[in-house]
Amino acid sequence: MINVNSLTKKFGNTTVLDHLSFQVKQGEILGFLGPNGAGKTTTMRILTGILAPSSGTVSINQHDILDQSLVIRKQIGYLPENNPLYETMRVYEYLEFVAKSKQLPDITATVKQVVHDCHLFEKITSPISELSKGYRQRVGLAAALLGNPNILFLDEPTSGLDPNQAAEIRKLIRNIGKTKTIVFSTHILAEVQAICDRAIIINQGKIVAQGTVNELISQTQGKVQIQAEIEGSVDAVTKALQQLPDVQTVSAPKIHQYIIELSGKQDVRKAIFELCVQHHWILLGLRQSDVSLEDVFRQLTTSPHA
Amino acid sequence: MLSFLSVYKKELVSYFNSLISYIFIIVFLVILSWLFWQNVFLAGQTSMRDFFTLIPWFFLILVPALSMRLWSEENKQGTIETLLTLPVSDVHLVLAKFLSAASFVAVVLLCSLPLPITLSRIGNLDWGPVIGSYLGAWLLGCAYLALGQWLSALTKNQIVAYLVTAAIAFVFLLLGTSAIASGDGVFAKLCYTLSTQTHFASLAKGIISVRDVIYYLSFIGIFLYLNVYTLTKRHFA
Repeated sequence: MINVNSLTKKFGNTTVLDHLSFQVKQGEILGFLGPNGAGKTTTMRILTGILAPSSGTVSINQHDILDQSLVIRKQIGYLPENNPLYETMRVYEYLEFVAKSKQLPDITATVKQVVHDCHLFEKITSPISELSKGYRQRVGLAAALLGNPNILFLDEPTSGLDPNQAAEIRKLIRNIGKTKTIVFSTHILAEVQAICDRAIIINQGKIVAQGTVNELISQTQGKVQIQAEIEGSVDAVTKALQQLPDVQTVSAPKIHQYIIELSGKQDVRKAIFELCVQHHWILLGLRQSDVSLEDVFRQLTTSPHA
Repeated sequence: MLSFLSVYKKELVSYFNSLISYIFIIVFLVILSWLFWQNVFLAGQTSMRDFFTLIPWFFLILVPALSMRLWSEENKQGTIETLLTLPVSDVHLVLAKFLSAASFVAVVLLCSLPLPITLSRIGNLDWGPVIGSYLGAWLLGCAYLALGQWLSALTKNQIVAYLVTAAIAFVFLLLGTSAIASGDGVFAKLCYTLSTQTHFASLAKGIISVRDVIYYLSFIGIFLYLNVYTLTKRHFA
């Protein structure tokens, strides 16, 4: 349904997307994960035809995004980042404008349907400028749903919402996703776990991991992480910790704090304690936990070589 | 066509929902009518000449205020993303915005029609120059709109769009003043040909010359083309 092949985007000398390749199948909900500035919005803008790629190809339903942009625009719905809306319009005016621009046959029936789907009936005559952020997001979603497109692109649809509003929007997306292909970007892992069939993690314009949510979680299962607080020379402590058995990575995010990831299940806490005694370092704290998907995301998206 | 009309209607309605549009209409009609009637009663002439002499200068200040928001507001609010993902071509978007603004200028000009009608009742009004002047005024307004619309696509700041449009429009107007455009030199002839003022003055005489109409249509066409080019270039940024 969506084929992205070696997609690259450069702004001047800066490479924002670097040879991204992925496919999205019909009916799939794909989560596009990455930290701010990873290239999620640029990817969305290219997939929706707002920006042209510097190189590589994008095809949607076998239509090329550059050659048949207008055909593709009729088949997709898009909720841009920050959900820009015409503030001076009322909700029904805005939806009617989008429906007419999409050249939909029965405007009234179509608008009624999306108003029903997005639970907007009570706000239909309200000026958009007076809506809460949650309702604004629903209006944006309703506009994207007009014309019953098969594919929806949602760029950070829950960004800036309070937890209740975010939960409502997620519920709405889950319902919509029963019948449609959805690509949605986020930097919230819980959202991906709650909604998506599959996720792609990008960082600095490159795909650093992809797979079903279960696959990504299973990659992390069985791994153990230790958080240690040790007072001593950072270089010396890091070097010593790296030499312990089964230690995969050692990072020092804060002063005296070390995060040690292990490849196996071996308990190295005793060895760390003995190391501190041996080098006369002061052990301030030691805690062992299982590695979560969030830890993997953080590791993948903070490593300079990711 | 339906999508084009949808964008055209949205833009036109936004003019009538905007305070700046009503300021435009009130300033235009009140000041010009006051100056016009003052001249009519002082000079005792049933002519619209003084009214139309002032129009290029009024448009210089007022038309950029209409065009400044056409794209810069979309750029600033991010609604340009909504527009560019609708199944409407760039050419249709540019034309819809331009024609809505041109329609608004036509409405404003039509609002001044009671002046010549009243004048024709109290005296012997020559309708030829009046019709030519109205056509010239509308084309002049459209020319400034096309220029302003393109410039507003280059910025997110409406004030910048306003000032640059007014400045460039002023240069085009200035080229036609007698101090620059009179004489037989190549430069004077070039200024005479390029100025928006000289072609307006020519139409205001009541002779609708093809040359003047083509000048304005070319002026409009060039800046609308630049507007489409700017949108396309943004796509390939």
